[in-house]
Amino acid sequence: MGRIKTIARRSFLVGSAAILGGVAFGTYLVKRDPANPLSADAAAGDAVFNPWVKINESGITLVTPHTDLGQGAAMMQAMLIAEELDVEIDQVTTTPGVAAGAYYNTALGDEAVPFRSNDDSFAAEAMRSTMGAVMKVVGAQVTGGSTSVPDSYVKLRKAGAVARETLKAAAAAETGLDAADLTTERGAVVLPDGMRMEYTTLAAAAAQIEPVNDVTLRDPAEWRLVGKPMQRLDIVSKSTGTQTFGIDVKLDGMVHASVRMNPRKGAELLGFDAGDAEGMRGVQKIIGLPYGVAVVADNTWRAFQALDAIEYDWADAPFPAEQADHWKAVEASFVADRLDKEWRHDGDVEAALEGADVVEAEYRAPYVAHQPLEPLSAVAKVTDDRVDVWVSHQMPGFAEQRIAARLGMETGQIFLHNQYAGGSFGHRLEFDNIDVVVDIAREIKGTPVKLTFSREEDFAQDYNRQIGMARGRGAHAGGKVTALDLDIATVSASRSQSGRLAAPVPGPDVQLAAGAWNMRYAVPNLRVRAYAVPELAPTSSWRSVGASTAGFFAESFVDELIHAAGADPMEERLRLVNDDDARAVLEAVAEMSDWGAPLGPRQGRGVAIVTSFGVPTAEVVQVTDTDDGIKIDHVWVAAEVGRVIDPVNLENQIMGGVVWGLGHAMNSEITYADGRAEQDNYHMAEGMRLHQCPVIEVRALENNPTVRGVGEPPVPPAAPALANAIFAATGRRLREMPFYHTVDFL
Amino acid sequence: MKLNVNGTEHEVDVEDDMPLLWVLRDELGITGVKYGCGIAQCGACTVHVDGVAVRSCQLAAGDLDGDVTTIEGLGTPDALHAVQEAWVEHQVAQCGYCQSGQIMQAASFLDLNSAPTDDQIDQAMSGNLCRCGTYPRIRAAVKSAATKLQRA
Ligand code: FES
Ligand code: FES
Repeated sequence: MGRIKTIARRSFLVGSAAILGGVAFGTYLVKRDPANPLSADAAAGDAVFNPWVKINESGITLVTPHTDLGQGAAMMQAMLIAEELDVEIDQVTTTPGVAAGAYYNTALGDEAVPFRSNDDSFAAEAMRSTMGAVMKVVGAQVTGGSTSVPDSYVKLRKAGAVARETLKAAAAAETGLDAADLTTERGAVVLPDGMRMEYTTLAAAAAQIEPVNDVTLRDPAEWRLVGKPMQRLDIVSKSTGTQTFGIDVKLDGMVHASVRMNPRKGAELLGFDAGDAEGMRGVQKIIGLPYGVAVVADNTWRAFQALDAIEYDWADAPFPAEQADHWKAVEASFVADRLDKEWRHDGDVEAALEGADVVEAEYRAPYVAHQPLEPLSAVAKVTDDRVDVWVSHQMPGFAEQRIAARLGMETGQIFLHNQYAGGSFGHRLEFDNIDVVVDIAREIKGTPVKLTFSREEDFAQDYNRQIGMARGRGAHAGGKVTALDLDIATVSASRSQSGRLAAPVPGPDVQLAAGAWNMRYAVPNLRVRAYAVPELAPTSSWRSVGASTAGFFAESFVDELIHAAGADPMEERLRLVNDDDARAVLEAVAEMSDWGAPLGPRQGRGVAIVTSFGVPTAEVVQVTDTDDGIKIDHVWVAAEVGRVIDPVNLENQIMGGVVWGLGHAMNSEITYADGRAEQDNYHMAEGMRLHQCPVIEVRALENNPTVRGVGEPPVPPAAPALANAIFAATGRRLREMPFYHTVDFL
Repeated sequence: MKLNVNGTEHEVDVEDDMPLLWVLRDELGITGVKYGCGIAQCGACTVHVDGVAVRSCQLAAGDLDGDVTTIEGLGTPDALHAVQEAWVEHQVAQCGYCQSGQIMQAASFLDLNSAPTDDQIDQAMSGNLCRCGTYPRIRAAVKSAATKLQRA
């Protein structure tokens, strides 16, 4: 690990401070200890800091290591630094920087521990800090788990403050004034007489002094940027076609390639007949690989055409070939020896159900593909001593290690240039495009190559959302829910994913019942058990991970019990809720939607509340059962986020999460036949289209002191709120996603 | 073959059946136009041919008959088209990958119908997928753009 950091750091310094005489600031000074490889490599006069802020004569650069997948991460990180640094967004450039352990994600550990996010008991806190330490040790630079905001919130403001105070100290030294008499604004230190010393001019002097690490963060009341509606720094480029995505990278002499991998995901290529592909126009090379065939050509379309002309002999899938057998494996997993963990047992469920009029229900959630609109792609150039890869990835450090291992090279010889992504939703946590591009580029050393997956190939090779089922039993008395017993059986996306990384996660998988076991209800008798279905088709994290399925199961069944009890879905939830934040979001959506107001004919409303990634999120969905199908009229959302960083982006993220949750619940699934995914393009897994999009009203609450990210939490309540609304409108209870098997949508 | 893109004449030597999308992206290096699905399902590849929105993944190079405008030719960061202005004001983009196509679709639609109803907007824009779910903002931006264009 030490070596990786050394090389990453050195390249950083060479690229910025050392050559340009600039200065790199961070929140701490790495000890100048001979045993520390960082200082061993540092030249005399080098400032070896943890880099988020680089300033030199030519400008101010903010390093934003969380990958921008469309969620606005670059802007959010820049705002936090700029807030304390006293620069404006139009004065800085941003860069994702190099992959480095220094950018480890401390917040990610929080969701990997088996404690509810509102559990701040000593055991929970101790476990979280251990996980944070683990992240630091492995240098896990990960964008995921809605952690970009919590990970950055304090760290990056501090980075800005350290830089600002150090620049003031440098100005004080130059002028002989007291630093306490100096102020800062718009990228300059301002002297008492009003004279401005630009940061860019002060940088060289600042590089010579010890950084001022003892800084106090400003009170939120003083903020200029954070919490205000801002114009995203990428909004103009993304409205003019000038934003470069990974798929748009162009290099001199670059060739184009595509790949056909075994559509039976994970299995080998037994053989192939290149046939006519050899002589096709523009085809430069046909490369047989253990898992498929790649074609290098002078145009992506010609590579696609050639791949279609090849005949392949594929090995059988390493999992059941037919969908029915996947469901059988799930059905067979509600047994003691597949119990992953009994997550919660309040009261005595068995006793409460004994002799009661038991309500029973069974739910299903299918595999679902990620399929961000930018298909998988990557550009690579391999030479004997250096590999460059241009790609958007959520774990750039792991990716570099993986490339190094694949090529038998040192990690320090691998340079991943992280790109803006055309969406991800968890897709860019996987490595297929990187593996393939490297396998191609090593065959044509010295020539840069752009790999583009066709949409069909992207569907075929996706690592889908986990498949799962739940069985609920419950009881009510006197118009109240008295017992709820929920058994959930799903495959473990976390284990599937970590297994591929050869880094198995020990202990139970917290995601199997995420969004269900942590329901913030005081049902007197409440049990949630998670059963782990053995690995079937490989799966991966899909926007909101476990809660996308378990939240649907839990909030659908709660709704069934409430209806069986003859109670009002909102009132009974408010009666059951046992947490102030959860109550507040429920009350907010009740008020926003004017819950209880008379509805039109054939209209209905449903509510759901799911807590995921520490964010209790409540949604009310209103539908109309028209002659042409269900129309989703309106959605009201309230979420407890701790602190809003940017209200515009927050609203956009929450709306997007609702659209994601509703759209996939309506019409998206992946099923297998002959070992292959049957859906191969958007016409078979459409998601929501504009004409189906409801009016969405969003309210963010800031009652809790802990700041949270909202990329994922709006997703889980959407599906159950929709199912509950359709029940209210039609009397039909939808227990299986996607719902379009049961009802039509407009 | 010769083609005019954003006012510039180009000469390319391609098969008649190569989709315009790939002529633009890989032969001419114009990357504002995006590949999303290749089968007319997503609209990411939308360009104008003589001002009318077409899916460039479906138009064979040999069938091209008219001048091509891509997002780069509609407006630039320094000289935004009214639709782009509205897209910036409403901060529509999340990942932004679909937005070239959304904007080209909206510009062509508003050119034909400068005072659209909500239903007409829904119909005109529903062929363009946005996986990030920016639809509420797209609707609002199309309406703003219509107002701007009426005033212009
Ligand atoms: S790429 Fe042409 S419509 Fe999707
Ligand atoms: S903004 Fe990402 S697909 Fe539309």
